[in-house]
Amino acid sequence: MNAISRGLLALAALLLLGVFFKPLWKITLEAPQYPEGLGMLIWVNDITGENPHDLYNINLLNHYIGMKYIEPEKIPELKVMPFVFGFFVLLGLAGAATGSRKLLLLWVGLFVVFGILGLLDFYRWEYDYGHNLDPNAPLKIPGLAYQPPLIGCKTLLNMKACSFPAEGTYIALASLILGLAALMLSSLGGHKTEFTEAKT
Amino acid sequence: MKGGRVKRAALALMALAGLGMVFSQTKHMSKEWEEAAKRVYVPSGQHDEFYVFFSGGFNGQVGVHGVPSGRNLRTIPVFSVNPENGYGYSEETKGLLMTSHGFLPWDDSHHPELSQTNGVPDGRWLFINANNTPRVARIDLSEFKTVEIIEIPNSAGNHPSSFITQNTEYVVAGTRFSVPVPQKDYPIAEYKKWAKGTITFVKVDNSEGEKNNRMDIAFQLLVPGYDYDLAHCGKGKSHGWCFFTSYNTEQAHTLLEINASKKDKDFILAVNWKRAEQCLSEGKGKKVKTLYYHNYVDPATGIAKSEKRTSVTVLLPKDCPGVAYYLPTPKSPHGVDVSPDGEYIIGGGKLSVNQPIHSFTKMQEAIKNKQFAGEVEGIPILKYEAVNHCEVKNICLGPLHTEFDDKGNAYVSCFISSEVVKYSPKECKVLDRIPVYYSIGHLVIPGGDSAKPWGKYLIAMNKITKDRYLPTGPELPHAAQLIDITGKKMKMLLDFPTHGEPHYAQMIPADLVKKHQKKIYELAKNKHPHAVKSEDEAIQKGVVRKGNEVHIYMTAIRSHFTPDNIEGIKVGDTVYFHVTNIEQDWDIPHGFSMFGAQNANILIMPGETLTLKWKPEKPGVYPFYCTDFCSALHQEMQGYIRVSPKDANVKTCWWTGDKKKCAG
Ligand SMILES: [Cu+2]
Repeated sequence: MNAISRGLLALAALLLLGVFFKPLWKITLEAPQYPEGLGMLIWVNDITGENPHDLYNINLLNHYIGMKYIEPEKIPELKVMPFVFGFFVLLGLAGAATGSRKLLLLWVGLFVVFGILGLLDFYRWEYDYGHNLDPNAPLKIPGLAYQPPLIGCKTLLNMKACSFPAEGTYIALASLILGLAALMLSSLGGHKTEFTEAKT
Repeated sequence: MKGGRVKRAALALMALAGLGMVFSQTKHMSKEWEEAAKRVYVPSGQHDEFYVFFSGGFNGQVGVHGVPSGRNLRTIPVFSVNPENGYGYSEETKGLLMTSHGFLPWDDSHHPELSQTNGVPDGRWLFINANNTPRVARIDLSEFKTVEIIEIPNSAGNHPSSFITQNTEYVVAGTRFSVPVPQKDYPIAEYKKWAKGTITFVKVDNSEGEKNNRMDIAFQLLVPGYDYDLAHCGKGKSHGWCFFTSYNTEQAHTLLEINASKKDKDFILAVNWKRAEQCLSEGKGKKVKTLYYHNYVDPATGIAKSEKRTSVTVLLPKDCPGVAYYLPTPKSPHGVDVSPDGEYIIGGGKLSVNQPIHSFTKMQEAIKNKQFAGEVEGIPILKYEAVNHCEVKNICLGPLHTEFDDKGNAYVSCFISSEVVKYSPKECKVLDRIPVYYSIGHLVIPGGDSAKPWGKYLIAMNKITKDRYLPTGPELPHAAQLIDITGKKMKMLLDFPTHGEPHYAQMIPADLVKKHQKKIYELAKNKHPHAVKSEDEAIQKGVVRKGNEVHIYMTAIRSHFTPDNIEGIKVGDTVYFHVTNIEQDWDIPHGFSMFGAQNANILIMPGETLTLKWKPEKPGVYPFYCTDFCSALHQEMQGYIRVSPKDANVKTCWWTGDKKKCAG
């Protein structure tokens, strides 16, 4: 790898630290009687309300339709994700330090796979919350599921539910783009160096 | 025949012309009404520009409206129990209404006053007096809730209250009815022997932070036995002084209507409280034994504490020269109002047709030059001419009370002639007048008794409404009339009815109050000893018996109580329902009412714990339910209590759904 690629990869890895400080996803609920709105933030290790009691109030509303309580401590992904991101930070830094293109390739490849898996997993959770309802719920509307969209807005009963990536995801995306740029630059100008390195 | 036809034609023409005149007049009026309507219409979902706080008079409450719409926003219970939300009925609030005469469920609330900083209303608190059994209350405007009440000893008819000094250092109180101090059995006819007045200064703790024990009686000035009517404190140059009107300087004790209206002049009492502070620090005050209550809500638990106080410091004017002066003022004056710059002290000479205006500067000179006309009980009487700035001649009939705008104008309410008169105190000149319907008592302008009036609106508070609204039998509402005072001429904008009998009011820009509104009580910070913060905790604690006293720990959340089925209660028990609303969402109260309870329902705000007492009298199964339409399943928010005979052997159990527990 050339110096530019190494630098970019190091930058990508360090940038990724940002996901520990910003939420990855945001789901909002809008209804006339909630003029202030209700919001839920998904972090690498937690789910919180946008305002102090939002999660409590969302759970309270969900009980009418028999949706499971959203309890962050019962979601295993939230325990694993910090380590996954931590791993990517370390792997990226290792790649930058050694200048190994293989590590860079591995970093980018794993990152893309992890991203897709993450989205699929998120969709699975949403599906489960939206469909797996308590049969004793007071409010039952035959044929209606309450699954929020993965990205976008959808009207669920009196609520408009919107789901969009938040700053954390954009940081991860930016990190990935830096990684891809490092990969492209490394295959352009750094080919020779790598070849020599491989020989020795 | 012919003549008859001409006559008829002429008549018809005249009728047409008359109709035309009526028509054009109505058209003219409708144009004026349209303009007024535009000024007061607040569109759906929009907020009013001002809050107005009306005293409720004989309902003991405070009525809150929005201005200019006149919409009634809320009624704050203060000195009267309020079954609507359980104020005075719940175990937590009963303590606020404790006095040295026991628990009092009613009083007559007259004069609200907003807290001030540098003479400007700041929107923190609202004070109000109890007239009948003397007390002063403090309402916290972040909650619109009465949080503190202090009883005033050695007093009766606490009418010249609850006026404040410019930094809320003190709230004043005084005796409209002079009484023996201390109370003692005397022949009424010996009035002159036993009648004493007291002027009370209640110190207010203005420190930041969540505390409600802020009021404390600093001292009482013992003054001659007249009727002290209204008050206002100085500001700016007259900061350090408070002024009190007095009537019945004749010292009549029967048929006052005649016997107390004989003298041409009564007095305004000027009290220099900074001088009083000096004398007290020199030890000139005397500690006197008495009894009064100080009640306040503990912010952590929400429970009102009642503390007994047993002594008060009394100061005699003769022991503290310079502390008080009398300003002769015609004639049985009602209001005493100080201009925003602190210079003019205006007495509402209610039986006079002239409005006397005193000058603070002249008063200072007169004191310096000892221009005295006499002395009563150590209080020098200043010469009328020496303190009087002018009299506004023929201002109206029955001038009662003046407020000010921000352009140097004053506005006085005239009870007998039913009008509001705008005048210049400086130039001593009437500028405009407008009729009001009917019999105005007081009036209010935003900040109109402070150093900073917002001179946009004036509200006349009228005592008699008669034909002004749809009739409601013999008992009719009182009326507020909103008047535009931005122009040279006053303009009538709107009528709206009010609750109780507003005697006085305070108006303030809404933003000053809106900015520190509480939406909920934080459940996590609820330190009520009987709070349960989750349903699991409610099931865990459930029902606790101590002899015949039974405590039930309950949560309320949409849309059920936990527990909602209770067994093991017996006839002869005294049951306390401690209900915690574990919602944390704005505007989701739950109510709780118990079949056969001899009190009221309780309305519990999110995060709050309230307690209702109930004594079951007959065996049976009795329902309780939520009285607030809290949710789509509100009608399902109910429960049952089984009451067994005294000697029954029923196991004490409680549950909601499959969460169940039994005692022992
Ligand atoms: Cu309810």
